[in-house]
Amino acid sequence: MQTEENTSEGVVCETVVEIKNADGLHMRPAMQFVDAASQFDCDVTVSNAENSVDGKSIMQMSMLAATCGTTLTIKAEGVDAQQAIDTLRQLVEVKMFDEPPPKPK
Amino acid sequence: MFVDGILCVIMFLAVQAGQRAIFEETRLKFADFVCFEAIIPEFKAIDRNGVIAELVSALANAGRLGSADWREILKAVIEREEEASTGMGKGVAVPHVKHNAVTDVVATVGLSATGIDFSALDKQLVYSVILLISPVDNPDKHLQVMESIFKHLQKDKFRKFLRQSQTAEQIEDLLREADEEPSL
Repeated sequence: MQTEENTSEGVVCETVVEIKNADGLHMRPAMQFVDAASQFDCDVTVSNAENSVDGKSIMQMSMLAATCGTTLTIKAEGVDAQQAIDTLRQLVEVKMFDEPPPKPK
Repeated sequence: MFVDGILCVIMFLAVQAGQRAIFEETRLKFADFVCFEAIIPEFKAIDRNGVIAELVSALANAGRLGSADWREILKAVIEREEEASTGMGKGVAVPHVKHNAVTDVVATVGLSATGIDFSALDKQLVYSVILLISPVDNPDKHLQVMESIFKHLQKDKFRKFLRQSQTAEQIEDLLREADEEPSL
């Protein structure tokens, strides 16, 4: 699910992603996320039910500590917001941070 | 009807308080996973691997690593550290590993007054190190502990007070106070 709007500063894009790798958003995936988000000029904000954090801050992303199955809202604001959202969604849901999914029960 | 209204308000407030209590109960506290006997107020080592060794050895001496050879665990922590620095910036590092030596998450804390090179992300020295050993088969618990640690580490005041602590007792007091007063 994705939404988009234009502002004077550029584009605002938002999407909801689900953490799919078994071990969730521990430090290593959090770092990958921050590395990916930092490639873009736009602001990146990531939210769970309780908090909104800076998607380019490893300290804040590590605090989210989202478990497998948790949904997060990623919001990007700036000229390259759409590319940022696409890249981050790929990383989280398609590549799953290059980590395995949960084993079937 | 007025009495019914009052009763409804009282019940609502009671449920709210109960929910808050349950929420506070489920949030992990430092006291739930830090081994206070293994705290190191001043490292003897001046290098990254040396301080990690002191922390792992302290947990072993406190009996928290079961019958495992602490050197195996040390090797695993260092391997993880080599993959990507856990020096998150702002003078803190959180070396960690998942290992079957433990059945529950255990952590300890050590401080260096002079600073240790952890190849940290902000290229600054590290003054506070929190070592975390988590069980292999409970990723959610590991994440809960991470959430708790990082919620505190983000706060400038907490990091400052931690760095200023001189003794193991002061560090323990700080952690216990942070558990009770999250705004610290």
